[in-house]
Amino acid sequence: MIDARLLARLLADPSYVAWLKPAHWDAVISMARAERLDGSLAWRLEGAALPSVVKEILAQSRANAEASRTSALWEAEMARRALAPLGIPVILLKGTAFAAAGMSAGQGRLIGDLDILVPRQKLGEVEAALLDAGWEWVKDDPYDQSYYRDHMHELPPLIHRERDKIIDVHHTILPLTCRITPDAAALIADARPLGNGLFTLSPEDMIVHAVAHLFADGDLSGGLRNLWDIDRMVREFGAAPEFSKRLLERAALHQLPKSTARALRLARHLFETPTRTDWATEPRRGDIFYLGRLLARDTWGRETRKLLRFAFYVRSHWIRMPPLQLARHLFTKWRAKERPRTP
Amino acid sequence: MASTLISVGPRRFRIGSEWSGLIAEINSLYRSYPKAEEGPAHYSVRMESEGLLRRFIRPQVAIRGDYTVPDALPLPRPQGLLASEMAMNLQVAMGERQYLLLHAATVERDGRAIILTGESGSGKSTMAALLMTRGWRLLGDEFALLDPATGLLSPFPRPISLKNESIATLAKLASESRFGPWMRNTPKGDIRHLIPDGASLDRMNEMAVPALILFPAFGHAAEARPVGDGEAFVRLTQASTNYTMLGETGFEALTRLVTHLPAQAIDYPDTETGIAMVESAWGDLVP
Repeated sequence: MIDARLLARLLADPSYVAWLKPAHWDAVISMARAERLDGSLAWRLEGAALPSVVKEILAQSRANAEASRTSALWEAEMARRALAPLGIPVILLKGTAFAAAGMSAGQGRLIGDLDILVPRQKLGEVEAALLDAGWEWVKDDPYDQSYYRDHMHELPPLIHRERDKIIDVHHTILPLTCRITPDAAALIADARPLGNGLFTLSPEDMIVHAVAHLFADGDLSGGLRNLWDIDRMVREFGAAPEFSKRLLERAALHQLPKSTARALRLARHLFETPTRTDWATEPRRGDIFYLGRLLARDTWGRETRKLLRFAFYVRSHWIRMPPLQLARHLFTKWRAKERPRTP
Repeated sequence: MASTLISVGPRRFRIGSEWSGLIAEINSLYRSYPKAEEGPAHYSVRMESEGLLRRFIRPQVAIRGDYTVPDALPLPRPQGLLASEMAMNLQVAMGERQYLLLHAATVERDGRAIILTGESGSGKSTMAALLMTRGWRLLGDEFALLDPATGLLSPFPRPISLKNESIATLAKLASESRFGPWMRNTPKGDIRHLIPDGASLDRMNEMAVPALILFPAFGHAAEARPVGDGEAFVRLTQASTNYTMLGETGFEALTRLVTHLPAQAIDYPDTETGIAMVESAWGDLVP
């Protein structure tokens, strides 16, 4: 049965194109679009012998990613200007960071919202400066507002009223309700300047952040792309001396050593990511469920393995907050949904 | 899942559905189209039920595909053809970036084309259908595909979606065999699709040079007035689904279009007057 392993294999090894049957292409394209990996695929298959329609499609995907990169970098610059007077480090996260640092993980990657990390004690000033510069609340529901402020790792999302772009202001990389507590101060202390007044996390922290995002903060939606980011980063940074050791140290510091090892095992399995042999090689029990969830797409790009998906959905809530708090949260959300809306 | 492959102009669609009957309806609507060559499609769309219950009891067709909007309302199964047309439109509107997309009807004569753009209800589909019966080649009634590289318009002749009174108007001019099935009481009123004529379909890969921009508005006293470059530009950005996505390319393509082409706003009280005004504007252009 065909699942997203087909897409993963093409990403890992573009020469696999030769083994593809014509009928597989529709599946590859639909799955790549569904996983938002079509731009990355376009970069990987550059120069490969492709059917002409596939060439057209991937050229569009690539142009799309390029446009997304341009607007993401502009958005980062807008945030930099708004926050410059505060004199604090503004650290770009995720896709925008990959693009700004010219990393291979940024090639063909679609970038959605702007994610930044700032010191927690400066959140109030950052919020005020952004509101002053034209950003507005997306959610003005009091429960959502206070929930974010009390329990989350970021401010409630803000949207710019003219550019229509969302900014997520983080003060750490996992929700405060999570059992795992990454060292936010260390993330900030070790950030690397980009030279334009903005920063990225250190290479090791960028990988650990991608791991946190993949396993500790959600139901693995978009997980294949997350894992692809990790593969790209390990390949790019892995040649540096002692990289593997430092990665393990940072993973331990941020309380994510097991998740990091699992991400590397899965990446190695799916993308042949070169990982050191002393850790993260042999598959472990449980990996099979993660693989099954990451690859759960059919030839139309539809979500499959409903039960497994649901299990990961439940897991995402389970690890995100203690049971009583979860019950309270879901009850409040349910009540808000049931409450008749006034027009 | 039953499926079919449909080619319209430069784009190929893979359409799938759990209802093989719906796929048969789609194939029937596109029966006069040049047969799509085997090969990968540009877009995949799916007509799905929302759960097993909705597949059999008062079945509803949900619109899905490579590009999906979460809040798209499903349509009752008898309106499945409308759903499939909407699904195809959605893929193009959200995914297309090789062509600048304008929400417009386009017709061509002697290699040169008129772009008729306006909001829903401006009557552009009806006008395009009527102009087609008067010797114009239909490029499309929904989307104009402008190629930024060449400045040419690509045909995209989907079945024309006729609504309410315009169905009767066209029934007098086109044979019954060219109409799709009745769909009554849809969210857009009563709908019947008109299959474009043979000339429009045979030449659906032949580009045309844009020559005139018209902004029709139905239900007003007859009046034609020239539209300046600036106004035309702004109105066309609003009529485009992917102008922002195309960035500088889109800006340049649209600038070139409005600075090279005359533009007119046409208010018209009834279809007959509207057609006369379109052809008169064309006459001023081509002596």
